Amino acid sequence: MTRMQRRHLLRLGSGLTGAALLAAHAPGWAQAVGRRASGAADRILILVELKGGNDGLNTVVPYADPLYTQLRPTLAVPAGDVLRLDERTGLHPELKPLLAFWERKELAIVQGVGYPQPNLSHFRSIEIWDTASNSGEYLADGWLARGMKAGLAARAAFTAEGVRIGSSDFGPLAGARAVSLNNPEAFVNDARLASPHDAPGNAALQHLLRVEADVSQAADGLRAAPYAFTTSFPAGAFGNGVRAASQVVASQRGRGGIPVITLTLGSFDTHQNQAGQHANLLRQLAEGLAALRSALTEVDAWDRTVVMTFSEFGRRARQNQSNGTDHGTAAPHFIAGGAVRGGLYGRAPELARLDGVQNLAYSTDFRQLYAGIAKDWWGVDAERVVRGRYEPLRFLNT
Amino acid sequence: MKLIFMFVILAFAALLGHAAPAQLSEVQARHLLLRSGFAPTQAQVRQWVGQSAETAVADIVAAAKTAHTLHPSPDFVSAPPPPAPRLLETREQRMAWRQGQLREGQELKAWWVREMVESPTPLAERMTLFWHGHFATSQQKVVRSQAMWQQHQLLRSQALGNFAALLHAVAKDPAMLAYLDGATSRKEAPNENFAREVMELFTLGEASQGGGYSEQDVREAARAFTGWSVERDDFSFRLRPAFHDGGSKQLFGHSGTFDGDAALNLMLEQPAAARFITARLWREFVSPAAQGAEFDAIAAHFRASGYDIGTVLRDLLLADAFWAPDNRGALIKSPVELVVGAVRQFGLNPPLTLPLVQKSAQLGQNLLVPPNVKGWPGYTDWIDATRLLERKRFAEQLFRGVDAMPQGQQSVAQFLAGYGGHADREPDALVRTRLEAALLPVPPTQPIAAGTVGVAWLRSLMLDPAYQLK
Repeated sequence: MTRMQRRHLLRLGSGLTGAALLAAHAPGWAQAVGRRASGAADRILILVELKGGNDGLNTVVPYADPLYTQLRPTLAVPAGDVLRLDERTGLHPELKPLLAFWERKELAIVQGVGYPQPNLSHFRSIEIWDTASNSGEYLADGWLARGMKAGLAARAAFTAEGVRIGSSDFGPLAGARAVSLNNPEAFVNDARLASPHDAPGNAALQHLLRVEADVSQAADGLRAAPYAFTTSFPAGAFGNGVRAASQVVASQRGRGGIPVITLTLGSFDTHQNQAGQHANLLRQLAEGLAALRSALTEVDAWDRTVVMTFSEFGRRARQNQSNGTDHGTAAPHFIAGGAVRGGLYGRAPELARLDGVQNLAYSTDFRQLYAGIAKDWWGVDAERVVRGRYEPLRFLNT
Repeated sequence: MKLIFMFVILAFAALLGHAAPAQLSEVQARHLLLRSGFAPTQAQVRQWVGQSAETAVADIVAAAKTAHTLHPSPDFVSAPPPPAPRLLETREQRMAWRQGQLREGQELKAWWVREMVESPTPLAERMTLFWHGHFATSQQKVVRSQAMWQQHQLLRSQALGNFAALLHAVAKDPAMLAYLDGATSRKEAPNENFAREVMELFTLGEASQGGGYSEQDVREAARAFTGWSVERDDFSFRLRPAFHDGGSKQLFGHSGTFDGDAALNLMLEQPAAARFITARLWREFVSPAAQGAEFDAIAAHFRASGYDIGTVLRDLLLADAFWAPDNRGALIKSPVELVVGAVRQFGLNPPLTLPLVQKSAQLGQNLLVPPNVKGWPGYTDWIDATRLLERKRFAEQLFRGVDAMPQGQQSVAQFLAGYGGHADREPDALVRTRLEAALLPVPPTQPIAAGTVGVAWLRSLMLDPAYQLK
């Protein structure tokens, strides 16, 4: 089947309750591919956390706005260097590998993503993004765990509800049946040391026993010879993460499936001498995503994958005295995948309308992105996932 | 004011001391030593059996207050520092400089873990580590090994001293000034990084969790801290009056021309400060739930004591909650506690400690490189699928007599003999009970297959999830 045909089917099949219901009883995707559109149970969401707060203005650059260079006397990306998307918006030059996504209309760029009463603490703000809470509200479960509870968990006997690669905490997967790993082969080999069993005891012991059981189940589902990708993965921690994510996806052929994978890249906390560090990080991001696209295309999974970036906040519009930027608010985010409807979403940053601390106003609530995933990708009740009415952003071909 | 303090102390006396045992049993003595230090040997446990908890706690705290280190400082400490990086011309030279600094950081860590392994005052080591996690500073950003050493010495010297003094000193510590960007903050554009974290993470807690400060307070405090900087060449603390904003500020409802010390004093006056620090210590030493009347009394006593760390530690180690049987094994060993504890308990005496440093890092606790300024979150956060498996691999490999632990097999045989067991025999019921008590704070969750002998039996016991608890 050609790519276009598959895409067409995907468009027909997704977002429909009927299709979602069917998928609930369908076997793994090996049988499914080629016969029908991917159901919610076969779909993959890959989240990429830009840890530390990514500087949105130097990522998706409002190069034609004279205020931009005024606010960034030494940090502005020169208009001549940006990769122009239209007459006022362009990408940082190190994001060049993303142009191929853009041209294929597989890249959505959502500008001005944020939330009301922004919190400028790393830990608190990432907690708000991870749990999809209001600014003043504390929730234990990650938003992905709520997606599972809203119906996704029942769609298939997932190997694990999520795999977190290269991170020390579960973030948006907190409360889900997730495992963390750096390399699937090593994980499976070591899993012989864990055994699922129950015992009475305190909360700490229960946590340990739960992780043991999750490890065993995930290892059973991930045990597979590593796929021999022809894609070459970039060196470095993020490249290794992308390789591991690709292996995890490949291992699920005919298996339970893993609906969510998370990756991290950072630190974007560029208070000082930002230019070089930021360029380096954006290059890693773009090269990593290009490798991910290539690898997932090899295993016929790109059309059923959505990749989405997130970060605790953007950075202050005006640069600081240390050639860096302090914690800010709204920022653009990328959504890529074979099923994504490419283009610019949201509103361009309004540099003339900064708040009292020189921060940008948001124009799209981050929960609109999550609601879009919940409704159009998973086919579950978005309000249960984001806890309220947020107009789902329609960045998928439905 | 005095009356309030009297009341606090009386209320406190009324609340405390019910459950702290008058005569420590073996289980209780082991609980105290495991929680206040690292996993103890049989001889260390026996030293306290039969004594009162009060005596034991007073002795342990007093010994930690006067602790001294055992080994000479790493060589780099007395070597003249290399030229400042700004004087280096090429990128290669700067890279080489950075590599050299990080290598020296490894020497510091190996030295520190050697102290932890051999220290007769493990509470002093635990408190130094606690403050390192509290005032988290990463060499990844600071780079300078001498600055990391100086900060380490500061944390060590005040580990059981006075929290207010420690806070003031940390705020002027060059490594901290570099880590949270204070060094380059000036009145024209105050950098808010340190001002925010000193409130949120070092003294008061999150604003929305009762910290009692606003974004406005953060911005005003950032102005107060301007001018605290570092000397470019020797990286010592330097006050730069030209950078300081001497104007009037509004902080916690007070107004004045506050400088950094005044801002810190205002933070220490907030009722949230003693509660926040006590809660962190409670979760480190007592239980995951820092709340209730006993907690309130201990926090109030800490405040009334003028932030004396020895006082709050004595209170915590004598708290009813500390001795409540339900709280035994309610905490999870940190990677450093796990690794150092195993080496101490089995008397492994490794010739090199760098492998222990690396193992802890692999398990999620890389000394001198906390994940971020929040430090290590701890408790259940230590355990995810990857780390649990790494912990089990550690237990599995511990006695293999590999390069890192050449004495492994010999030590484990001696260890077993101490409890009446043998390296090549299946332990009988009595020996099993003794070994379980020595290694696990709660009963094992899984039976060990019949016919499992000596070392393999011990290894199986250490693979039980209960071994991760303290």
